[in-house]
Amino acid sequence: MRIKAQVSMVMHLDKCIGCHTCSVTCKNTWTNRPGTEYMWFNNVETRPGVGYPREWENRDRFKGGWTLKNGKLKLRAGGALNKLANIFYNPNMANTEDFYEPWTYDFDHLIHSPKSKNLPVGRPKSMLTGKFMDKPEWGPNWDDDLAGGREIVPHDPNLQNLQEHISMELEKTFMMYLPRICEHCLNPACVASCPSGALYKRDEDGIVLVDQEACRGWRFCMSGCPYHKVYYNWNTHKAEKCNFCYPRIEAGLPTVCSETCVGRIRYIGVMLYDADKVKEAASVTDEKELYESQLSVFLNPYDPEIIEEARRQGINEQWIQGAQNSPVYKMAMEWKIALPLHPEYRTLPMVWYVPPLSPMMNHIQNEDELSTDAYIPAVDQMRIPQEYLASLLTAGDVKVIRKVLMKLTAMRVHMRGKSLGDIDAFKHSQLMKEAGLSIEEIEDMARLLAVAKYDERFVVPTGRREMKDDLHYEQGACSLEELAPPEGLLHNGKGKAPAIKFTGSAFSTL
Amino acid sequence: MSGIFWWVIFPYISLAIMIVGVLYRYAFRQLTWAAPSTEFFEKKWLRIGSPLFHYGIVFAIVGHVMGILVPINVYEYFGITSEMYHAGGIIGGGFAGLMVIVGLVILLIRKITIDKVRVHATFADFFIVIALIVVAGIGAYMTIIYNTTVVEYEYRATIGPWFRSLFLFQPNYELMKHVPFIFKLHVLTAFGLFASIPFTRLIHFYSLPVHYPMRAPQQYRSRSNFKR
Ligand code: SF4
Ligand code: SF4
Repeated sequence: MRIKAQVSMVMHLDKCIGCHTCSVTCKNTWTNRPGTEYMWFNNVETRPGVGYPREWENRDRFKGGWTLKNGKLKLRAGGALNKLANIFYNPNMANTEDFYEPWTYDFDHLIHSPKSKNLPVGRPKSMLTGKFMDKPEWGPNWDDDLAGGREIVPHDPNLQNLQEHISMELEKTFMMYLPRICEHCLNPACVASCPSGALYKRDEDGIVLVDQEACRGWRFCMSGCPYHKVYYNWNTHKAEKCNFCYPRIEAGLPTVCSETCVGRIRYIGVMLYDADKVKEAASVTDEKELYESQLSVFLNPYDPEIIEEARRQGINEQWIQGAQNSPVYKMAMEWKIALPLHPEYRTLPMVWYVPPLSPMMNHIQNEDELSTDAYIPAVDQMRIPQEYLASLLTAGDVKVIRKVLMKLTAMRVHMRGKSLGDIDAFKHSQLMKEAGLSIEEIEDMARLLAVAKYDERFVVPTGRREMKDDLHYEQGACSLEELAPPEGLLHNGKGKAPAIKFTGSAFSTL
Repeated sequence: MSGIFWWVIFPYISLAIMIVGVLYRYAFRQLTWAAPSTEFFEKKWLRIGSPLFHYGIVFAIVGHVMGILVPINVYEYFGITSEMYHAGGIIGGGFAGLMVIVGLVILLIRKITIDKVRVHATFADFFIVIALIVVAGIGAYMTIIYNTTVVEYEYRATIGPWFRSLFLFQPNYELMKHVPFIFKLHVLTAFGLFASIPFTRLIHFYSLPVHYPMRAPQQYRSRSNFKR
């Protein structure tokens, strides 16, 4: 058993209001430099819809993730030799047409335009060429809030599986938001696709990063990631991706997208897992079993044997405690209400989702008179088809989705009854049985999902530094620490200032 | 005297610039070391031009190794006659040369006509494509036209031994004295090209990831050896 810790996230989709605050704060933090304009480490998609980049779920086209060949786990786009043969042109890579051409407006003209008969306008200007554009035709959330429509719905790969259910009638349309970041997978396809070995998974917290010095710009990670969450910086010619705000995580803070999330839909916590089991778990034959098999690699942080072994392998008390208090562990393992996005990609993703409930509940008219068990058919006839959610979250297994929705409905019914002083009926109801949770668990769940404060939503142990040799020096040093040698800038023993050395700063483009 | 300059001093200077430049860039400018792809901007033309050029270059390198690095006696030992060798050389080399040139021309036109690509192309980018066209153009002319219309020149007796003598540090520049001008020009422009490698996108030639098939698919790294 090789125990590793993974910092992971759950998003509670019921609460996402589609405000894009997460995307904007992320962009302001990480991707507001030339070459990164089109990158959205965090993006929010309206579903049904084609997403960003367009049709990223179309794996026949981009060939991301893993597949089983003769029972063996293989990169879908082909192995190492295949990559070397295609190194001069990557047929699977998305380009500007699939993302979009980033643009700004000629604001300067609005300010400095001379007096004229007509109102001055700020024309759109491409941020790739600096030229005026006739009109922008696509953007990262161009289909925001449209919930499909005749042009877009046919291009949502999730709908192609269940075409007969989807009706274009206005009364039956449905909509949900899907915020996405890099999944920091346990079995990352991006890492395995990189010919230079520049992508890696951090031992201590599982964050997947690109070594900017080792990256040679081969771009196989871009198409190798089935979630399309690695981007090519056309300015530095290197790959960049969501880094789970690792400087904040190391300091015990949540990511920027989580910190600023208006709906407070995001939860961050540690999961312990057995790295030796990852490959086996990703190789189960039936795609529908991938969810369960991923659960089987997680370790119980309360189990004394696991705790003992984790300590032996160098995981400290703070991280073990973090794993015990992890909101992610509660939602994924204890209550089983969080599900992985597209488990069929076999990367074992680590940003999980609680499926949305409220839109389907809206069509219950006479809730006052409704008996508890009458909610059960409501779950089965909800507005967002269970098949659609299953296509996103369980490789098409509707049973799992139904179970989760039952639990969420049970929670809703119970909490409603509680405030109305009517819980006895619920205790013995069929709904309660189908949910399979105790009253206590339901109330804990309601607390975490609805009222939990900052410290309960984000349980992030700080990064370990105690074994660094020069901690004393690093105390008070800034991120430019390498500019100043430990012996001091002015007197380095030889009486003259040392040459300034730049190394390792991830974003300088020397 | 000029023989010493062109066939001893100039090649050594070029190679020295290349080696020192590449090492310097490796040590101090890692962040600039990449294969600066423009596939993100344009795919259709790249799809034809890039593989044509790159595979052409790979074949051409193999051909140069066969013609310049492998001594003529090796062929004789295996009983490969001059006629057989040259027939192979003209067909194989000519084919590779044409691939390179057609590929490069497509890439150059793409660089000029596609807005997104042109805007981001630097002087060095244009320089390198044009320089490659010149070197490869002379090479292809030699192989296809000179060899078939003037004379099947036996470079394995002159340029080959001279080139190898450079690496034995006993440059035998006399060998180059009677080499036809067009062959001399090809050699000199090629050395000029070598010298430009550290300053251009050609640098990615040195990062072909040959170790990739051998390594484990998943890579873990620790920030500060926390399990010490
Ligand atoms: S989601 Fe993130 S970790 Fe997973 S394959 Fe894509 S880039 Fe890699
Ligand atoms: S900030 Fe939160 S609520 Fe707003 S779109 Fe992002 S995830 Fe949804």
